Order: sequence, then C-alpha cells, then structure tokens
Amino acid sequence: MEFLQVIVNGLTLGALYACLAVGFSLVWGVLNVINMLHGSLIILGGYLTVYAWQHWQVHPLVALLPVAGLLFLLGWVVQMTMINRLVRQPVLTTLTVTFGLDLILYNAMNVVFDATPRRVTLDLGTLSLGDVVLPWDRVIAFALALGLTLALYAVMRTSKMGRAIVAVRMDRDAAELLGIRIDRVYAMTFAIGAGLAGACGALMALVFPITTNISGLILGKAFVVCVIGGLGTVPGALVGGLALGLIESFGGNWFGPQNAVLIGFGLMLILLMTRPTGLLGRKGYE
Amino acid sequence: MKRSIAVFIVFAIAIALVPLGGNNFFVQQATFVAMYCTLALSWNLIGGYAGYPSFATAAFVGLGAYAGALLQNAGIPMVFAWAGATLVTGVFAALLGFGLLRMKGHYFAVGSISIVEVLRLIASSWSSLTGGGEGLNLPILAGGPEFAGRLYLFAMLSMMVIAFGMTVWVDRGRLGFGLRCIEQNEDAADMVGINVTRYKTMGFTLSALCCGTVGAISASWVAYIAPTDAFSILMTLKVPVMVLLGGPGTILGPVIGATGFVLLEQTVWAQFLDYNQAALGIVIVLLIFFLPGGLLGLTRRTSRIPATAAHPVSQEPPAATGHPAAVETVTQAQSSKGVHA
Repeated sequence: MEFLQVIVNGLTLGALYACLAVGFSLVWGVLNVINMLHGSLIILGGYLTVYAWQHWQVHPLVALLPVAGLLFLLGWVVQMTMINRLVRQPVLTTLTVTFGLDLILYNAMNVVFDATPRRVTLDLGTLSLGDVVLPWDRVIAFALALGLTLALYAVMRTSKMGRAIVAVRMDRDAAELLGIRIDRVYAMTFAIGAGLAGACGALMALVFPITTNISGLILGKAFVVCVIGGLGTVPGALVGGLALGLIESFGGNWFGPQNAVLIGFGLMLILLMTRPTGLLGRKGYE
Repeated sequence: MKRSIAVFIVFAIAIALVPLGGNNFFVQQATFVAMYCTLALSWNLIGGYAGYPSFATAAFVGLGAYAGALLQNAGIPMVFAWAGATLVTGVFAALLGFGLLRMKGHYFAVGSISIVEVLRLIASSWSSLTGGGEGLNLPILAGGPEFAGRLYLFAMLSMMVIAFGMTVWVDRGRLGFGLRCIEQNEDAADMVGINVTRYKTMGFTLSALCCGTVGAISASWVAYIAPTDAFSILMTLKVPVMVLLGGPGTILGPVIGATGFVLLEQTVWAQFLDYNQAALGIVIVLLIFFLPGGLLGLTRRTSRIPATAAHPVSQEPPAATGHPAAVETVTQAQSSKGVHA
C-alpha cells in the first residue's frame, strides 16, 4: 500500500508546515506585517537546539521550551523597539525592514554557527504499522508540531491575551476604543510568532538537516500555507499546512520530488488570483 | 523637472566618460551603476508612481537573461537576442499583470515575490532547456576584455537613458497621472473614470521591459547564468530599497538611490566580506527609520505639507467626471480626509 505511505508522509510533513506557518500567519493577520524574519527565526531555533545537544548533551525535547522562550523574548524586543513604530506603514516599508533584520540575523548566524547543515540524530528506530513505515523521530516531531499548534489555539481561545489578539485582528480601532493596549498586543503577537518559530526549528532539527541556506525556502512554505489556509487563524494554518504536506507528498510521488515545491507555489499563485481569502474563507473567530 | 533632466544628462555623460580613465575596474563599476539605475527607474514606474509594492524585478531580469542566453546560443546575433529577450519579458509581464494586478497590498507583494521563486524553480528543474542547476554558458565576445567591457558599459548606459526617457514620458503624460491617482486612491480613480486595470497593466509591463533587456545584457556580460544568480531574491529586494533611498515617485530619485547604493556597496561593504549582508541589513533598517522620504525627501520636506488640508472635505466634485482636473480634486479631497492612509 504505497498510497497509505504517501498520505502518512504528507500528514507528518503537513503538521510541521502548519507549525512553521502558524506564527507567520498570526503576525500577518494581526499586525498586517509580512515577517521576512520568520525563516531565519526557525533556523535560529534549530541551530540553538543542535548546539545545546552537541555541546551540553541537552535532549532536544528538553531544549525545546528554553529555545522557544529565548526567541519569544527576542521577538518581544524586536517588536517593541522597532516594528511597533512602523506597523501602520505600507507593506513596502514593513516588508523591507523585516528583510533588513533578516539579513542581519542570517549573517550573524553564518558567522557564529557557520552554514554547515546539521541535525540531531537520536536513532530511535522506526515504527511500522502494517505496510506504513515511519521513523520514530518523525512521529515525535509530528505529534509535537500538532500539539504546539493546538496549544496555540487553546491559548487564543481561553486566555485574556488571546482574546485581545483576536479582537485586534478583527478590528484594530474598535479594540483600541475598548481599552486594549494595541502596542502590547502587537508585541505579544510577534513574540508568540517568534517563540513558535523557535519551537518549530527545534522540531525540524529532529527531522531534517538545518542550514541557514534553507531559511528562504521555509519562508516560501509559510507564504504558501498562509495563502492556502487563509490568514491569521490557527485552523487556517493547520488546514493549509496539512494540505500543503499532502500536495507535496503526492506531487513528489507523481511528478518527481524536484517538482513538489513548484506545485505548491503554482497552487498558491492560482489561489491568490482567484480566491485570496484562503480555503477557509474570510476571517476565523476562533 | 528641467533641472532634474539636466542633472541626469550631466550624470550620463560622466558615466560615458569613465572609459577615458582607462581603468577597467572603474568601467565595471560604472556598468553596475548604469544597470541598477535602469532597474530602479523601471521599478519606480509601478512601485513609485502606482504605489504597487512589486518584488518581481528579479523575475524579469532572470527571464530576460535566460531568453537572451537561449536566443544567443541558438545563433542569433547578440543585439537581436537582447531585443528578443525584451519582447519575451514584456509579453510575460503583460500576461502576468492581468492576474497579479488584481491583488493589492500584501497579497500583491507575496504574489510578485513568488513569481521569482517559481521561475527559479522552473529554471532549475527544466534541465533540457535551461541546463538546470549547472546553468548555461554564453559565447564570449571577441575583441578582448577591454573592448567587451566598454561595449557592455555603453549597452547598459543606453538602457539607463531609455529607462529615464520612459520615466519622463510617463511622468508628463496621462499614464503617469493615472498611476499617481491609483497610488492615492484606486477606488476613487476607478470611479471617476480612469481605466485602472489598463493603466496598472501598462505601468507593470513598462516596468518589466528594461529589466528584461538588462538581464539579457548582463547574461552576455558575465557569459554564464545559473538559476540562483538570475532569479535572486536579494536583487528583487535591493532595487526597491534603492528607490526608497533616492525618493520614490520622482524622476531623479531612483538614479540617485541606485548610484549611492552601488557605490556604497562596492567601496565600503567590500571591506567587510564576512559581514556583507549584515551591513546591507543595517543600511536598510537605518534608511527606513531615519530617511523615510529618501534623499530627495530631505530637500523638499517643507514643501510636501499638503496644501489641500484647508479644503472642506464635503466639497462637491465638479460635474465633468473623467476630466483630469476633476480627478485631482476628488483624490485631493479623499487624501485630506486621510482615506488612503
């Protein structure tokens, strides 16, 4: 049953894509900023995890939370000191400034860690269910990626800050009139996005070799997931991520792996031109 | 306006005189300056006048490079290959414009940036045509490096002059007026009878033409192209930054920005090879925070305070809609209301 294997591969990949894109989607939806820094933040999370594992033998699953916390702080500081001042500027300005920050971070990572691809190899063996074979580290990454995404959903639904973020996304001015402190909500949103990027980077280091050279590729995936699923909502990112995972898995199976990425982008462009609000429609209220 | 044109003519003559110095390094730098001036002037048409944040520059440059390379390798003389590449890029941009220009703001930005990525992926995977990741070699021009360097300098310089001429033509004509209206308030422009789709597509196509030629010329110049160099995300973001540096929506801003940027890049950042990108990033961040109107914005900050602020917002638009004066009044009234912010 090759078919089942392709589906399972697609779903495990898709959960990672969802986790990778959910922070980016949140920032875009709430702040209306295309965060070009997102790809490099994920790589930073992965690098920190690998570094901790290689130098201090810290288990990646233990390192996950501190890494996410560190990036959360970084995101908070970046938003509070810089992007908050530009948030209402047109997209050209905000995109360019995050791209500038991305260049700085990218360069810094190349100097500090160098660009050699590296990953965490845990050698956990494989899980076989009937004809479907999966390495355990992939299963763990899948479960945690899904778990993180759902945890964010819970935070958005239940916590006071989560409700504030959703309110700001729905109508910034109304939220401000109701006494929500917009700059703090923005900083929190950006910090959550960065923290999730860090956590996702740690998970990716379990599955793929991480290098700075793929930060653009990762950012591209985030674009595609956002457009497929729709902006700013957790369910949107989840649907978009799983859809992209399945599309790439089947596309790679039928047309060869080198064309899998192309199919994702092609689909995104078609969707952008025909249905720019995403598959899940206009706005989610979580 | 007249003064800007005069400044540009002096600048173009200065570039043309660079080979007299006899130093090949300066000839190469001058070629880069002319090349990026062309790209910046082109981007300005859609990004500056119409306010559409296009990040497709590298897509057009890369497409032009591949089209030119394939034509040249098929035995077509170099200059005709460049012309062919221009045509291919123009047709591609016009067709693309129909789909892409339906989006606005963030979606347009992401869509245009993805075009670069899609073309790069196609160029990498379509090995039978494009040589895949190994790239394509082009015939090296006979006559030695001295002659070739000068020839490519004058080719790029001609493109710069053409792009500038195009900018002046757009700036003075109906098209520029329409694009500026779209920049201020697209819905209002549409309502008073500007054919928004046609103007945007024209602006977008014009902004692609010279990029295609420049791509083809630079492919011949370097005599080798590969997907990652031809469709470079870095270039696609550099060009708008240059225009922002100079001053978007002006005729001289892109020239000033591109020249300043290239000289800065070559002289200062070449000293810090390991920190090249970080230096570029820092310049971008500083530029956005401290020089939001570009270098030209410094000289006219005082005169840009809108004179329309005193107009009553409820002013009735003149009955003759479709007439340029009517459009201006409507868009001014809209902008004083702050609608387009």
